[in-house]
Amino acid sequence: MSKNNKSRRHFIAGAAATTGLVAASSFIPSRFAIGAMAPIKVGILLPYSGTYAMLGNSITNAMKMRIEQAGGRMGGRPIDYVAVDSEMSVPKAPQNTNKLIQKEKVDFLVGPVHSGIAAAMAKIMGQRKTPIMIVPNAGSNAVTGPLCAPNIFRTSFSNWQPAYPGGVLMGKEGHKTCVTISWKYGAGIQMMAAGRDGFATTGGKSVKDILLPFPNVEFQAHLSEIAALKPDCVFAFFSGGGATKFLKDYEAAGLKDKIPLYGPGFLTEGVEKAAGSAADGIKTTLHYASNLDNQANHKFRADYEAAFGASANVFSVQGYDTGSLLLQAAAAVGGDVEATADVINVMETSKVPDSPRGPWAMSKAHNPIQNIYLRQVADGQQKLLGIAAEALEDPAAGCKMA
Amino acid sequence: MDFVTFLIQVLNGVQYGFTLFLVASGLTLIFGIMGIINLAHGAFYMIGAYICFWLFGITDSLLVAIMAGIPIMFVFGYAIERLAISVLYKRDHLYQVLMTYGLILILNEMQKILWGSDFYSVPIPEVLSGSIPMGNQEYPVYRLFVSLVCMVVAAGMYVVIGKTKLGMMIRAGASNREMVQALGINISRVFAVVFSLGAALAGFSGMIDAPLSSVYPGMGNYILIISFVVIVIGGIGSVKGAFVGAMLVGLADTFGKVLVPEFSSMVIYALMALVLLWRPQGLFGRVT
Repeated sequence: MSKNNKSRRHFIAGAAATTGLVAASSFIPSRFAIGAMAPIKVGILLPYSGTYAMLGNSITNAMKMRIEQAGGRMGGRPIDYVAVDSEMSVPKAPQNTNKLIQKEKVDFLVGPVHSGIAAAMAKIMGQRKTPIMIVPNAGSNAVTGPLCAPNIFRTSFSNWQPAYPGGVLMGKEGHKTCVTISWKYGAGIQMMAAGRDGFATTGGKSVKDILLPFPNVEFQAHLSEIAALKPDCVFAFFSGGGATKFLKDYEAAGLKDKIPLYGPGFLTEGVEKAAGSAADGIKTTLHYASNLDNQANHKFRADYEAAFGASANVFSVQGYDTGSLLLQAAAAVGGDVEATADVINVMETSKVPDSPRGPWAMSKAHNPIQNIYLRQVADGQQKLLGIAAEALEDPAAGCKMA
Repeated sequence: MDFVTFLIQVLNGVQYGFTLFLVASGLTLIFGIMGIINLAHGAFYMIGAYICFWLFGITDSLLVAIMAGIPIMFVFGYAIERLAISVLYKRDHLYQVLMTYGLILILNEMQKILWGSDFYSVPIPEVLSGSIPMGNQEYPVYRLFVSLVCMVVAAGMYVVIGKTKLGMMIRAGASNREMVQALGINISRVFAVVFSLGAALAGFSGMIDAPLSSVYPGMGNYILIISFVVIVIGGIGSVKGAFVGAMLVGLADTFGKVLVPEFSSMVIYALMALVLLWRPQGLFGRVT
């Protein structure tokens, strides 16, 4: 009995000591644990299922590839990725975001693709100091506009950026009137507005703005309307399967040769093969062109193709640059990414000189200041015609930081 | 809107109505005769389109692809009926909804595994690829051709259901299942055939639409919702109702887009609400 008691006492004492040790070690802030190489946690909230799975995978693949090429470490520390499928669900966005922030305690949060989710995430981020959010696609103007915050950065584009120069281009090519057509959702509305503004600077005027409910692809009634209105040109934004169908319907309705079609580059991005001749000759503006002639782009495309057996696209460029930004920031603070204020300082003034899209820099509102290229589809491929707008900065309307 | 444009918009509406009918008729047939709510009908439409794309890649001919695709869809429908649907006839509609919703998820995932999340297109055959001038614009020949095919299918269904022995069994099975069985007709085989026909119709719609729309993941979701609107308006279970409903929805959608663009997404649902207020069983529905 007494022996038993003794051993129990021993056990309890041992347990207490162990608990004490564990408690003591947890008092040491993890930022001093760099010597022990605690991994940096990168949370990812992107779509991996459904229609936009391709975007989520392109971004993730390229980002990891970039970091892998730099030795698989950020600022000398290993990386722990936690990826969550956004399912493109806006209602689930707050829950997913909070899970990554509070349960996983990520240092960086990369996402999303969808503008609605971006708004939901940005609202949560705006009330906190950490983690740092990096948007690798969603173009909602609001994210670097009214919702901008010190810990929100974007490596892709604002909806205004690829659309505005498209509007200017239509005016430069001698058109006076246009019809705009897109889906009635964030990206469609913002891009059409930016296109109209660009067109207006050249004295052009939109005679009709058509917005279809998303994701309706029954265009025929509107094409008949356009044929009756006879504008000088049409400014359109659709993407994916919808873009392919729009281009094909536009050609089949006999409009393609009569009323030239323009739009932000997403209209013809990735659909060149599926749309065939219907995409040929269409001029668009975007922050990337696959055949940009620079060293970084050649290397990036070759590496990506070798690693994933697929051609790189604009989304993978955005993922790649997200990787570059993370590496830069972590390196500049010597891996001490828990010093959020220092990381933000670095990222705010960062430049990404070796981007496949050409060099770009971060604006005061945390959105890329970047070239917008003029591209034309020819024989099922994007041809680079030149720069439509050099070092274009989003106006960041409503952002109090800028 | 001048008169010519008006006529062209009417044509657009009718043409859209025809394509809706093709999908909705299969849905209403399966419900009217078997009492099965088939949420996977849109997924069948998508699978049809992908099969068409796949077979076109092999045969390089849309006609051959469709001719070979229809039996595949029929067999596919037969297998689904035997494995998943046949166990649910005596169950509540809720079980069927659960099962067919599950089928959507499985089929979507299968599509992703087999064909990936890219979108594809099937070219319009050379002979049908032109456009004919019409008023101030050109009208794509293939769209007119699709309307023609839908008319032929509608007529074919009318004949099969109204004039043939199979049609008789189908109609009899719909009105009194037990009596038909008592007369020595294997009703479960009739059901299997009807379900397979419905799947083949949905698949065929997907195939013939493939060159018009593109082939992409989730392409069946939207068409499923519209098809339900069509058959609710027409009266669930009535093929004639599906036809009238499809025409009404096609025209309402087209003119809604042109005349009240702000509310275009609401127009067909408003139409449905009005019809239901007036006739809760739908235009050609039976009161049960």
